[in-house]
Amino acid sequence: MQTGDAMQPNDLTRIASQIRRRDLEAVFEAGAGHIGGEMSAIDLLTALYFRVLRVWPDQPKHPERDRFVLSKGHVALALYVTLAKRGFFPEEEVATFLKPLSRLNGHPNCTKVPGVETNTGPLGHGLPVAVGMAKAAKIMGAGYHTYVLTGDGEMQEGSNWEAISSAAQFGLDNLTLIIDHNRFQQGAALKDTNNLAPFGSKLAAFGWDVTEVDGHAMTEIVPALEKRTGRPHCVVAHTNKGQGISFMQDTVDWHHKVPNAEQFKIALAELSESL
Amino acid sequence: MNVATPPAKLHDCRDAFVAVLERLAAENPRIAAVCNDSVGSSKLGGFKARFPDRLVNVGIAEQAMVGVGAGLANGGMLPFVCAASCFLTGRALEQVKADIAYSNANVKLIGISSGMAYGELGPTHHSIEDFAWMRVLPNLPVIAPSDSIETAAAVEWAASYDGPVFLRLSRVGVPDLLPVGHVFQPGKANLLRDGDAVTLIANGTLTHRMMKAADLLAAEGIAARVLNMATVRPVDIEAVIAAAQDTGAILTAEEHSTIGGLGSAIAEVVVAESPVPMKILGVPGVFAPTGSAEFLLDHFGMSPAAVAEAAKTLIARKRA
Repeated sequence: MQTGDAMQPNDLTRIASQIRRRDLEAVFEAGAGHIGGEMSAIDLLTALYFRVLRVWPDQPKHPERDRFVLSKGHVALALYVTLAKRGFFPEEEVATFLKPLSRLNGHPNCTKVPGVETNTGPLGHGLPVAVGMAKAAKIMGAGYHTYVLTGDGEMQEGSNWEAISSAAQFGLDNLTLIIDHNRFQQGAALKDTNNLAPFGSKLAAFGWDVTEVDGHAMTEIVPALEKRTGRPHCVVAHTNKGQGISFMQDTVDWHHKVPNAEQFKIALAELSESL
Repeated sequence: MNVATPPAKLHDCRDAFVAVLERLAAENPRIAAVCNDSVGSSKLGGFKARFPDRLVNVGIAEQAMVGVGAGLANGGMLPFVCAASCFLTGRALEQVKADIAYSNANVKLIGISSGMAYGELGPTHHSIEDFAWMRVLPNLPVIAPSDSIETAAAVEWAASYDGPVFLRLSRVGVPDLLPVGHVFQPGKANLLRDGDAVTLIANGTLTHRMMKAADLLAAEGIAARVLNMATVRPVDIEAVIAAAQDTGAILTAEEHSTIGGLGSAIAEVVVAESPVPMKILGVPGVFAPTGSAEFLLDHFGMSPAAVAEAAKTLIARKRA
């Protein structure tokens, strides 16, 4: 499959739609998943894996690979579908998601799944690890870039702010934090729970550069992810939970609800329109 | 082998740790030290002076410290994450579980000033739960060396081992017990003194107290076996079974809660493989009162004389 600089925004949007479809099917088949947050993150994952990241799927541990950490590990399925489509493991394997003894469980495991860099699931873990990855590159003189994707609700974990401060202190201009700002967490809207928004001014106060983008517009996502400043960089991606499926969009119910047969048919039809 | 009563000169095992770490770091540019504003208490001043680029101080932020350690390992480095054991294991327990043990990251976790080393600072600064918290995690060897020689050997081994390690050090001086040139073998106990009446098993700051207790017992004609068992996980199953079968009674002592530590690990083997009377000495499931580490060890019945008395009581149970 074509990847990298040759990928145009339209190509990326088409691939993202394919990934959304496969994700929806897998949630329906498995009877579980975190579909709302998966739909909000898939455009970001697609831009990373099919355009931005320098990776070698046949050499997942290549020392010069760019690092990507999925800190919001509960959307593991979206990562699995993306990694499989990018060639890290066979696409048929996605069908084993959550099946007994499958290596594709509900949260990604780096000791079993090629392309996964560190185990996540408990929130607030990915960013500190990503800071360590970026710091290692600085110490060792390696050229790779480190990306980490967090949820917006996840930013309520204090460990993230320890890491944000450290990244600025260490001058990690080789680190990009992407916040999937879909405005909902598991139980309610962010604003009704512990409203950290707006994120941009807070990150800027910690000494980061900040770019705000429409997290579903490839024309905005790609340049933001490729942007290099002299400081750690935060991309606040304004997204919609359940993006692409009208009845799921921006409703807290669809954090980890599973569509019934009728809903599945409607959702599949809606996603197919954009293929 | 029978080792003579230890000489009185006491060593702070942190010195042995940093001496080896600095020597290895001079040879291996991948070695880094990570800390939480603990340059002084981890004795990393020399490391910082020699390798300033490889001293990663995240400030007072233990969760980030452990996560950063995992990230450094992912980037090809060999990080030694050094912090007071109470904060490293307690504050960052979930990071140790997910980022280090479950991810099988090649990170060495160095718990400094463990047990009740912080004495009068009180139970917030005591780390008498760390064996229990760490040894339940898969992939993570748990090691508490008993002297400066074993500390140096264990650090050397940890650096050569491809995987996570938890190394538990004190700051309280201990005499050297093991022979110069000792090579550390994970999961292998050291026979310090042989005997057939009872086996005394300890690690860390308690091993030399066990040796003194064995002297007291010998003066009464009781031959105690003494095992130094630095590795709490994986515990030396063979040595425990042999102790049970050869001596018929096992007494353990540790600068840790009596719940979940070395004694518990040994009891798990004894009860399944060769049941014999056992006594577990340690902090009996309470928060310690005010006192120095040495005072508190005595207070909780781990003076050599009290250990010897506990051994005699245990031997009597064996005969009952």
